[in-house]
Amino acid sequence: MGFKLSITLLALAAFTTVAQAQDKTSDIIARGEYLARAGDCTACHTAAEGRLFAGARPMPTPFGTIYTSNITPDPETGIGKWSADDFYRTMHNGRFPDGGLIYPAMPFASYTKVTRADSDAIFAYLRSIPPVNQKNKPHELRFPYDNRQLILGWRTLFFSEGEFKPDPTKSAEWNRGAYLVEGLGHCGMCHSPINALGGTSQSDAFKGGLIPMQNWYAPSLTSNREAGLGDWSIKDITDLLQTGVSARGVVYGPMAEVVHNSLQYLDDADTKAMAVYLKGIAEASSPPPASSALPNTESSLLISLGKTVYDKNCASCHGTQGEGKPPHWPPLANNQSIEMQSAVNPIRMVLNGGYPPGTKGNPMPYGMPPFAGLLSDNEVAAVVSYIRTAWGNRGTPVSAREANELRSAPLN
Amino acid sequence: MLARAAASAALIVTLAASDGAAAQTANQPPDTMAARVEACTPCHGNKGEGTSDVYFPRLAGKPAGYLYNQLLAFRSGRRKYPPMNYLLEFLPDPYLEAMAEYFASEHPPLPQPAPSEVSKDVLAQGELLATSGDANRNIPACVSCHGPGLTGMQPGIPGLLGLRAAYVSAQLGAWRYGTRTAKSPDCMQLVAGHLTEADVTAVAAWLATRPAPANPAPVPKGTYALPFGCGSQPN
Repeated sequence: MGFKLSITLLALAAFTTVAQAQDKTSDIIARGEYLARAGDCTACHTAAEGRLFAGARPMPTPFGTIYTSNITPDPETGIGKWSADDFYRTMHNGRFPDGGLIYPAMPFASYTKVTRADSDAIFAYLRSIPPVNQKNKPHELRFPYDNRQLILGWRTLFFSEGEFKPDPTKSAEWNRGAYLVEGLGHCGMCHSPINALGGTSQSDAFKGGLIPMQNWYAPSLTSNREAGLGDWSIKDITDLLQTGVSARGVVYGPMAEVVHNSLQYLDDADTKAMAVYLKGIAEASSPPPASSALPNTESSLLISLGKTVYDKNCASCHGTQGEGKPPHWPPLANNQSIEMQSAVNPIRMVLNGGYPPGTKGNPMPYGMPPFAGLLSDNEVAAVVSYIRTAWGNRGTPVSAREANELRSAPLN
Repeated sequence: MLARAAASAALIVTLAASDGAAAQTANQPPDTMAARVEACTPCHGNKGEGTSDVYFPRLAGKPAGYLYNQLLAFRSGRRKYPPMNYLLEFLPDPYLEAMAEYFASEHPPLPQPAPSEVSKDVLAQGELLATSGDANRNIPACVSCHGPGLTGMQPGIPGLLGLRAAYVSAQLGAWRYGTRTAKSPDCMQLVAGHLTEADVTAVAAWLATRPAPANPAPVPKGTYALPFGCGSQPN
């Protein structure tokens, strides 16, 4: 009797341990899924109408087309034979398990900051998804970029390996935000200027830049004259990141993708941490307004035509004073994305229109109509010049040539 | 200095104004589908009736299932038209469904048919193909799937009325060359594969001459049997 009882107890204890271990594993997998979202792995590793994380999505770069790889746990064509060490080395050091060099289209210069524990969780999650047997497609890179040894030069110039080091003078929240923005979020991949070698120098981090191939301008996250968030409230920042719309502005284009795939899934604490950090890195004082390349007479003609175009086509939503009806119809007055030095984004919005992403917080967003077919180059330049200079906005007029050039900007 | 002070003052006023706007829930866009789909209207018209651009189709009154399939295909890039692919890329399924329902439920009048630019012989050839097909060349009549009144059938087969010849011809061309595809079995690609360029011109021209029927609504699902399987109209 006593013997039987102790066996039962033992079995019960063993069962509890197994159950606890399973709980722990499923916790890690869930954590890994969350972190994979924070890293927006799917944006590149899932093709349109393709299976989750099976790769083969074409990524056009100035050096040719790169096809993303299969990161499902298929042993033949995916990462089924990898160990957690292999995965960490890839994330941390940008090398395949056999030591081969990875093209820096994979943001390992950011992912190097990810902790070992977080890397292991993402790996555990990727091991848990359905394997897909699909061979990786070879890259189509032009000579000499098809030579992977060139990556060594890039790494010497632009890659510094190392996990995130918290700044002890800042709050835990600020450091959490920094870890997410600089690491998994890989925000610097777009929001830092990219030089002719396809790299970013440390001193230019988050200073903004034109995204190669896409022709959208990723504004500076440090300058309050661009997307610097120094004078935004924390709520407006978290609204923008979580829902795609806010009282101060709305995301479109590549940033709509980031909110759609990644940021809308982050919890309130992490979103707030990112907001605190982003607000913190904005520069205290604005540099002086930029001057226009256009002659004065041309500018004033454009601006007066622009007001006519605006009152006829735009004021019904954005208001006669550019006040909008935030968050759905964004304000144009005091809207940094309208005023900043690069006029690429406002011109593109007038030409192509756009929808903010559909998110949990904003499942049926309002859309901006495309005006490419309704307005001439001159009218587009005029209305953009008007909204950049009216109502106290401190942008500069733009030329019809700039408007014309962006008519052929890629849309996907 | 003065200018900057004025600018700062303007900025403060604007900020105060936008704070006030946020507090006032009345100062919001109308909570309607019409307001949400304004991005569609420069090309498709306020109620989906079409515009003067002959390449942009009428959407109004088409079966919701057909419109939803097109929205999904544009979003994934299967149906290629960059301005549409771009607009829809990050919109969720239920929202696309609501957009499809919205345009399906609009019924602006069909346009007066425009005078045709092709000869009577060509129109006669178009009519023959559309109403009888050509069994020798494996071409079914348009009416055998799109309905005797060419008004389409719920939920997935579109009506062919109210479309300009340029649009129909461009779409048939896209099916022929495989740049427009749909779910397998891809019935329209099979049919278009048997058409010559002259067939396309004739059919598109004749369809564009058809006057509005008394009842332009698509007929209910199952009103008639399709001559062959079609991925967009599962049984």
